[in-house]
Amino acid sequence: MNYSDFFKMIPEASLIAILIVLFVADFATAKTEERKWFNPLASVLLLLNTFVCLYPMGTQNLFGGMYETTPAVDVMKAILSMGTFIVVVQSRVWAAKSGKEAEFYMLIVSTLLGMFTMMSAGNFLMFFLGLEMASVPLACTVAFDMYRKNSAEGAAKFILTATFSSGVMLYGISFLYGQFGTLYFADIATKMQATPLVIMGLVFFFSGLGFKISLVPFHFWTADTYQGAPTTVTGYLSVISKGAAAFTLLSILFHVFGDMMEYWHVLLMIVVVLSITIANLFAVRQNELKRFMAFSSISQAGYIMLAAIGNNWANSVAALSYYVLIYVVANMAVFTIISVVEQNNGGKTNIDDYNGFYQTNPRLSFLMTLAMFSLGGIPPFAGMFSKFFIFMSGVNGADINTTMGAWAYGVVFIALLNTVISLYYYLKIVKAMYIVRTDNPLPTFKSDCNTKFALAICMAGILLFGVCSFVYEWIAAAV
Amino acid sequence: MIPVGYFFVLSGLLFFIGVFGFVTRRNLVAMLISVELVLNSVDINFAAFNRLLFPDGYEGMFFTLFSIGVSAAESAVALAIIINVYRHFHSDQVNSIENMKL
Repeated sequence: MNYSDFFKMIPEASLIAILIVLFVADFATAKTEERKWFNPLASVLLLLNTFVCLYPMGTQNLFGGMYETTPAVDVMKAILSMGTFIVVVQSRVWAAKSGKEAEFYMLIVSTLLGMFTMMSAGNFLMFFLGLEMASVPLACTVAFDMYRKNSAEGAAKFILTATFSSGVMLYGISFLYGQFGTLYFADIATKMQATPLVIMGLVFFFSGLGFKISLVPFHFWTADTYQGAPTTVTGYLSVISKGAAAFTLLSILFHVFGDMMEYWHVLLMIVVVLSITIANLFAVRQNELKRFMAFSSISQAGYIMLAAIGNNWANSVAALSYYVLIYVVANMAVFTIISVVEQNNGGKTNIDDYNGFYQTNPRLSFLMTLAMFSLGGIPPFAGMFSKFFIFMSGVNGADINTTMGAWAYGVVFIALLNTVISLYYYLKIVKAMYIVRTDNPLPTFKSDCNTKFALAICMAGILLFGVCSFVYEWIAAAV
Repeated sequence: MIPVGYFFVLSGLLFFIGVFGFVTRRNLVAMLISVELVLNSVDINFAAFNRLLFPDGYEGMFFTLFSIGVSAAESAVALAIIINVYRHFHSDQVNSIENMKL
């Protein structure tokens, strides 16, 4: 075995280095009272990791095909690393208050390590290990507020569904092994044929990952877990872990099940339409903001998977990565604001609490409005461009005269209609902040510098990533 | 030698017992046990397929070993979380931990 392979998996190696540095730093200074430098340390390390991910490494095939990396994977890793950087920056006040700051950053970094492993897996065993490395620490972070009832309840629901869904997914993988006798993606792809065993394996596998991305028939855990988890963790769950799982699903569908496209296209179309429509209808009647964002994220997951309906890998993966990038900045802006409002509001996150928010905190409500507009897809903001590219890749190569092509156009049309519904409920928040009058709105408060910094990054992303076309071009060129 | 179909039926039964238990049981620990049944059915599948269909390599056996290890780690975390739930709610029944509602 060639040990130098370990140093060629640069993003993972750098994350492991970060883990060790954080651990040693925590260990060496355990008795010091206040550690104001800990959050900056973790943030700087993650920012460095983002740049490490940007370093072009080309296509690599390590450990006999267990670990594969392509430029597309590197782009996605950089995006997720940047998102984690924002999460860590924004988490300072909450993490310091919890008294277990170092543990939180280590858990977050180890979930990211799991996601990176999962995304560049070349074998189902590696994929499974990465998935579990991501979901077990995630359950710990969901349960992080030990003394809050909701956190424990959300974590119990999360870990039970996560284990159950990996069981279902493994059952599907065992069918594939029974048919092909191998677990390597490349070998399975060459032997692929649509026998009943393989179709059942595909369905089980798809539903297992559907749980992770929380697509609609598998979404029951989402609302409770998102509401119960600490706000920072909810943000992390809704963008980073979802983005990684969606990317992996797209990559496996194209690279392993590429010859069975007509089967999984039907599956995806049904699931995407259900996710977008049902989640939108449920989101309309929510009064709790985190629960509301949970349903919004289910419908956004539907939009993300719309990319897989196209039949061109390069287009689909570019649209998906770009969508996740925009979703990261817009959603993290929303969750940063929810988090800072929660800290100044005694831990409550109802939509009613935002009534008259504009009168007392005009700047924050303006930023929230921009983020909501971007999530809804209103033109000058980045959200509109990402939706546009997703729709384009969804109908890519679809011929309207064939049945499947017509279906693809139909699904994209339904998704388009749903954008209008989603505008209604995103604007409900804006209405609460600007129009609804109330006698006792939230008092004016000053947010700390970390919140300001995170919001500044998110806003720059929302305003610039759409208008500056080179961002999309960079992604499209890289993949 | 026992034909592979028998193992397949056994693991299929185990899988559906697990799923059924997960859906019908109202107790967190019982739900965890049901999930373990699902994972065990996967292990049977991998081991039987490897031994009977593809005896040249050990890929399935290794997958089984990893799956056992990972499911042990998952159960450890799940049990810790269930203990925390019990501290808050003084119960491990699903009906009594409905703090958040639609």
